[in-house]
Amino acid sequence: MSEHVGSSYKLGELKPAMSRNEALAEAHRCLFCYDAPCTRACPTHIDVPRFIKKIASDNLQGSAQTILEANILGASCARVCPTEVLCEGACVLHDLHDKPIKIGRLQRYATDPFVYKDIPLFQAGEPTGKKIAIVGAGPAGLACAHELTRFGHSVIVFEAQDRPGGLNTYGIADYKLDTETSLKEVEWVQSIGFTIQTNTRIGQDIHMAELLRDYDAVFVGVGLGQIPPLGMPGEDLQGYQDALVFIEDLKFKPLDQISLKGQRIAVIGGGNTAIDAVSQSASLGAEKVYMIYRRSREDMGAYDHEIDLALRKGAVEILYMAQPVQILGKDGRVVGIECVRHRLGPPDPRGKHHIEVIEDSAFILPVDRVFRATGQAKHRDFFAGIEGLQVDASGRVVVSKGGQTSVPKLWASGDCVNGGKEVVNAVAEGKSAAQHIHQALEAQAHG
Amino acid sequence: MADLKVNIAGISSPNPFWLASAPPTNTGDQVMRAFDAGWGGAVWKTLGEPIVNTWSRYSAVDLNGQKMMGLNNIELITDRPLDVNFREITEVKKRYPHHAVIVSLMVEANQKAWQDIVKRTEDTGADGIELNFGCPHGMSERGMGSAVGQVPEYTCQITEWVKQAASLPVLVKLTPNITDVRYAARAAKRGGADGVSLINTINSITSVDIDTFAPRPTVSGYSSHGGYCGPAVKPIALNMVSEIARDPETANLPISGIGGISTWRDAVEFILLGATTVQVCTAVMHYGFRIVEDMIDGLNQYLDQKGFADIYALRGKSVPRIKDWKYLDLNYVVRANINQQKCIGCGLCYTACNDGAHQAIGAKPANNGRTEVWVIEEACVGCNLCSLVCPVEQCITMQTIPVDAEPCSWDQYTSQKGILAPRPQDNQH
Repeated sequence: MSEHVGSSYKLGELKPAMSRNEALAEAHRCLFCYDAPCTRACPTHIDVPRFIKKIASDNLQGSAQTILEANILGASCARVCPTEVLCEGACVLHDLHDKPIKIGRLQRYATDPFVYKDIPLFQAGEPTGKKIAIVGAGPAGLACAHELTRFGHSVIVFEAQDRPGGLNTYGIADYKLDTETSLKEVEWVQSIGFTIQTNTRIGQDIHMAELLRDYDAVFVGVGLGQIPPLGMPGEDLQGYQDALVFIEDLKFKPLDQISLKGQRIAVIGGGNTAIDAVSQSASLGAEKVYMIYRRSREDMGAYDHEIDLALRKGAVEILYMAQPVQILGKDGRVVGIECVRHRLGPPDPRGKHHIEVIEDSAFILPVDRVFRATGQAKHRDFFAGIEGLQVDASGRVVVSKGGQTSVPKLWASGDCVNGGKEVVNAVAEGKSAAQHIHQALEAQAHG
Repeated sequence: MADLKVNIAGISSPNPFWLASAPPTNTGDQVMRAFDAGWGGAVWKTLGEPIVNTWSRYSAVDLNGQKMMGLNNIELITDRPLDVNFREITEVKKRYPHHAVIVSLMVEANQKAWQDIVKRTEDTGADGIELNFGCPHGMSERGMGSAVGQVPEYTCQITEWVKQAASLPVLVKLTPNITDVRYAARAAKRGGADGVSLINTINSITSVDIDTFAPRPTVSGYSSHGGYCGPAVKPIALNMVSEIARDPETANLPISGIGGISTWRDAVEFILLGATTVQVCTAVMHYGFRIVEDMIDGLNQYLDQKGFADIYALRGKSVPRIKDWKYLDLNYVVRANINQQKCIGCGLCYTACNDGAHQAIGAKPANNGRTEVWVIEEACVGCNLCSLVCPVEQCITMQTIPVDAEPCSWDQYTSQKGILAPRPQDNQH
């Protein structure tokens, strides 16, 4: 049913679509738990046993509605969610030494026939006459826009990039979600009736003050920025790159232009962007992929299942307790990376071990490309330009419950507030903000 | 190794596993391949006057992804010429002299017609005859099959006609589409039957196509009720077999058990309730003749482990364990016990007990994201439901609670010969 979706996947799909027989057999394995742990583990609290029982009875529309009512990006979340640590991680079948229910793939089975077949399941509410501006067409902004439109508000979403979808369109490893699949989903979400204006950067093309003046409420879901350089020698060499730019290139450039056949790669960082870059490098034919992380595996942010996936590809080596100190070049191109080894120092009063450089431990890895995945920057300048907006020390927007910021009429959610979590968290927060915005507008109208 | 040989009503067989009269015994080729696979006997697809079948004939009930929990058919008796069938039976019997070949028969309710076909059957060298008084579809519209089995007088009459002409043992195959199978079995015995086989298929409509509104199996947009068989019917068959085994009038009548038998375990249950041989159809239609290999092996292992020398040592052992309800002990107390070490926190027992039984299980969210459950002992009536829904083996067990009281049945209680132990409080209002 979703044969047209994902046709542009260059490296195959991690979690492919299920056939009806496969889905029915899997759905029937679900125990239908009381107060189900999977539902509790989902940030959007999708009623998992309910949607699975509807699959079992061939009530696909009811199943899709159950999912999408809770999470309007249920189709992409089915592909990109770290289900291994969320719903599937909570499945009681683990305790029976059985495989957990494949909730992500069942969710895809139920939602694909609607989301990717342009079948609408939701309608805009009776017009309220209220206008709301949303900054950022990523998961948080889209979830917020959809929910507000259901309430009957008139919504416009401003997006700085030339395509909507945010991280779903630009930043998710291609073997989980490709751009075409993301854009089709955005189209379906938008079909309820709100506007997305791309290539419009707030603070540059339109000032935030104008939005706050012209709209009844403004929601900001701008996510995070680029991965900043680390401040070591050699960062100007060709072949040294932001890992997210590498992931994005893979999505938009033809395979022959991004092949890493025969090349040696170093990826700096220990999070999920780093591990995505490692997996994709290996899939693109790299001869050797080093992952360089300054602490131990226990401190690594990357999920175990993603690390296992990367290691299964072969040619991957993870260097723990190691830190790059300079990138080596020849004729303006990367030829190697110099690192030093770390060890754990004595614990501080809170029990946390700081790392120390081991003297004379420097070593050189001959590599052709280096990708940095050491954490995305916050949009500090953008937020500094909003008068009265409170931002915490690490650059995150400070909000009260429901995403209300310190600025009247201004709400914010998603990565720019939580510091960088999953797509499903952004959806949950964007939807929750929409509900609070709606309540605030209602209170205003009746006040 | 135990001796699996049996003799039922004078028909001897190397083991108790027979193919039932059905599509798997349609031809000599099939029966011989079945014997090669290990089957001890075969009841030939019913012979009679030529018929014509519809094309679409079977439909099934799947359960939670398990295919063919129940099978339904609207196929009639053999559609192959009688002389071809008789020739093949003769040939099979020559090649397999030690296997049991039983010929199923069904003709119009006419003494000459029955006695003619019986005589031709005897000429084949077959070991026995089975009278098909059970087929509930198609043939019954023509006054045959279950139309006979549903009227004890007809059953008795035709059995008598057959017995007058037959030197071979005669089994009467009974229909379950009646209110009390004992009357049919008694009638067969009165008519001189040497044994009975049961159950034949149950009247059924397996499903309806909710898009076209046509029931299945669909014949050009229409259907007809069929005969239901397969694992789904086993409990009904077990009960009917036990009724005949328990009935003083038919207590020693040999029984060939039929109905949803797929494994040696199913066979053991039928034998425990009084059957001497078992007949199998649906499981073979699903998986082929090869299933008999584990049936023989499993039965052998079981008999050896239990120290039974042969089938007869096992036969009927559960018959005395079935009583009328009024003689069951009302002072036998059991109560659910949840093994918290094994519990996976799914909460199914809570939902089942709370909504479907006696509100005797408590639940609250546990710290690990699961549900914590416990038995509210004073409310538990020991109904077993929680232990039935629990997905974890041996997690919820029913524990016998010692009671300071003599056993007391309803019969004793109502005749003031016994005293009831106290009941759970919730049942008092």
